[in-house]
Amino acid sequence: MMNRSMGVIAGVSELRSMRRTEGATTLDYIMDAVIQAVDDAGLDKDAVDGLLVGPQVGETPQHVPATVAEYLGMQPRMANVVDLGGASGAGMVWRAAAAIQAGMCEAVVCVLANVREAELPRSPNRNPIREFDVPFGASGANLSYALPMQRHMSEFGSTPRQFARIASIARQNAQLNPNAIFYGQPANIEDVLASPIIASPLHLFEIVMPVAGGAAVVVTSAERARSLKHPPVHLLGAGEKVTHRAISQAPSLTSGPLKPAMLQALTRAGVNAADISLLSLYDCYTIMVALTLEDAGLCATGKFGLWMDDHSFGHDGDFPMNTHGGQLGCGQADLAGGMAHVVEAVRQLRHEAGPRQIPNARTALVTGNGATVSEATALILGADE
Amino acid sequence: MTELIQSLSIPGPIPTGTSMPFWKAAQLGELALQRCSDCDAWFFYARTHCPHCWSHCVNWHAASGTGVIKSFSVVHRPGHSAWAPAAPYVIALIELKEGPTMLTQLLGDGRLSARIGQGVKLCCVPVGQFTLPFFELTGERGSA
Repeated sequence: MMNRSMGVIAGVSELRSMRRTEGATTLDYIMDAVIQAVDDAGLDKDAVDGLLVGPQVGETPQHVPATVAEYLGMQPRMANVVDLGGASGAGMVWRAAAAIQAGMCEAVVCVLANVREAELPRSPNRNPIREFDVPFGASGANLSYALPMQRHMSEFGSTPRQFARIASIARQNAQLNPNAIFYGQPANIEDVLASPIIASPLHLFEIVMPVAGGAAVVVTSAERARSLKHPPVHLLGAGEKVTHRAISQAPSLTSGPLKPAMLQALTRAGVNAADISLLSLYDCYTIMVALTLEDAGLCATGKFGLWMDDHSFGHDGDFPMNTHGGQLGCGQADLAGGMAHVVEAVRQLRHEAGPRQIPNARTALVTGNGATVSEATALILGADE
Repeated sequence: MTELIQSLSIPGPIPTGTSMPFWKAAQLGELALQRCSDCDAWFFYARTHCPHCWSHCVNWHAASGTGVIKSFSVVHRPGHSAWAPAAPYVIALIELKEGPTMLTQLLGDGRLSARIGQGVKLCCVPVGQFTLPFFELTGERGSA
């Protein structure tokens, strides 16, 4: 097979996307996701001795791992927060494998979950974005993707229709995922272009729908995985890069930190991007997918649209991409939306994706992206061979 | 547009001791930027050390207040509800003549049909407790 395993994803879970969750707690959703993932791994609760959590647990701003561990009734030997925005899920996977390789623990549960209530509390914020961007009317994530998208269109001549196709593919793929928020609601290119402009050039359907949900994975060693119930899904390569926080500080608007992160992951795994069975690409906005396809080297910089015209992206296509519908199709369960890209890759590589199964799926590229195209993690996952 | 913005109750800047010269300059209608005395690099936003060489020898200078549009977005649905009455408005990344890029809002004629590469100049407007460094089109083609 390809290069040596860095570790195995032995269990996965995801909660159904929900628009509203009045009265529920994040800790409850975390517990649901953890119990399901550990059960899926076939491990006992006490065999899980590592815990990675996200920074945004509604009930506690600090000491998040201890709070979560206590709620779960766990006493982990390794516990930490991974704070890489949408890259947190993918970022957890290689950190878990590294902790296991270092002998710190044997099985790590990595979990992200969120609730969604009508009135979300705003946290106190004194960072440079709050001081230098927000006063001009630049609140929220949309602008950090609209600005690179406008630049891409101006510099390379990419078109609204080319970007809209990315959203319509996600909606199409979501029709095979009953957990997706847009299950039963496909949208073609015309529908995407007819949806309102939120921040030009972004249309509403090119932006993820915020939802509640959760996802968890259990990482263990290749040795330990041999005795578990599912075929192991190996971590074959990982790469990470953080370049900035505010969009004004981005080194480039048309190429992101995923470029070096993906190169590192692919090199470690010894595989080519064009040979990957599943592209599980972080898709908070259509522009993110366009940049990732270009940064992966699948097409020339600026040419994603022309390249996509020559290919198809369903489970039965020549470049299966986000076969669960991606976040544009499933909704974005906060940071768990990124972890869902890991979960889908595991399902495909176990060959248990049902009606959306990719024939002979052997490898997956999973990307995570956080903040303003600024926090990036890439993973190469491989089926057991 | 200027009067409309001045009538809004929007979240203003929360300056720090480090950044206060930037906001004081804006109050005088000027753009102040820091420059490193050791590596000569200009940078934005305010810091106590140069982000390029980590020297602490950084000084404030009056900047040209000119630049070109690196990218922009016409905001129809603001991320903060206080800005809703001003929509649609134009957020832009400005590549300043000195080198650094800053985010701002475009004011003045022609802003809704702005294009990447167009030249802009500073146009400071008092909003609430502070004066903000907005920009407006110069009508000239920039060089980006």
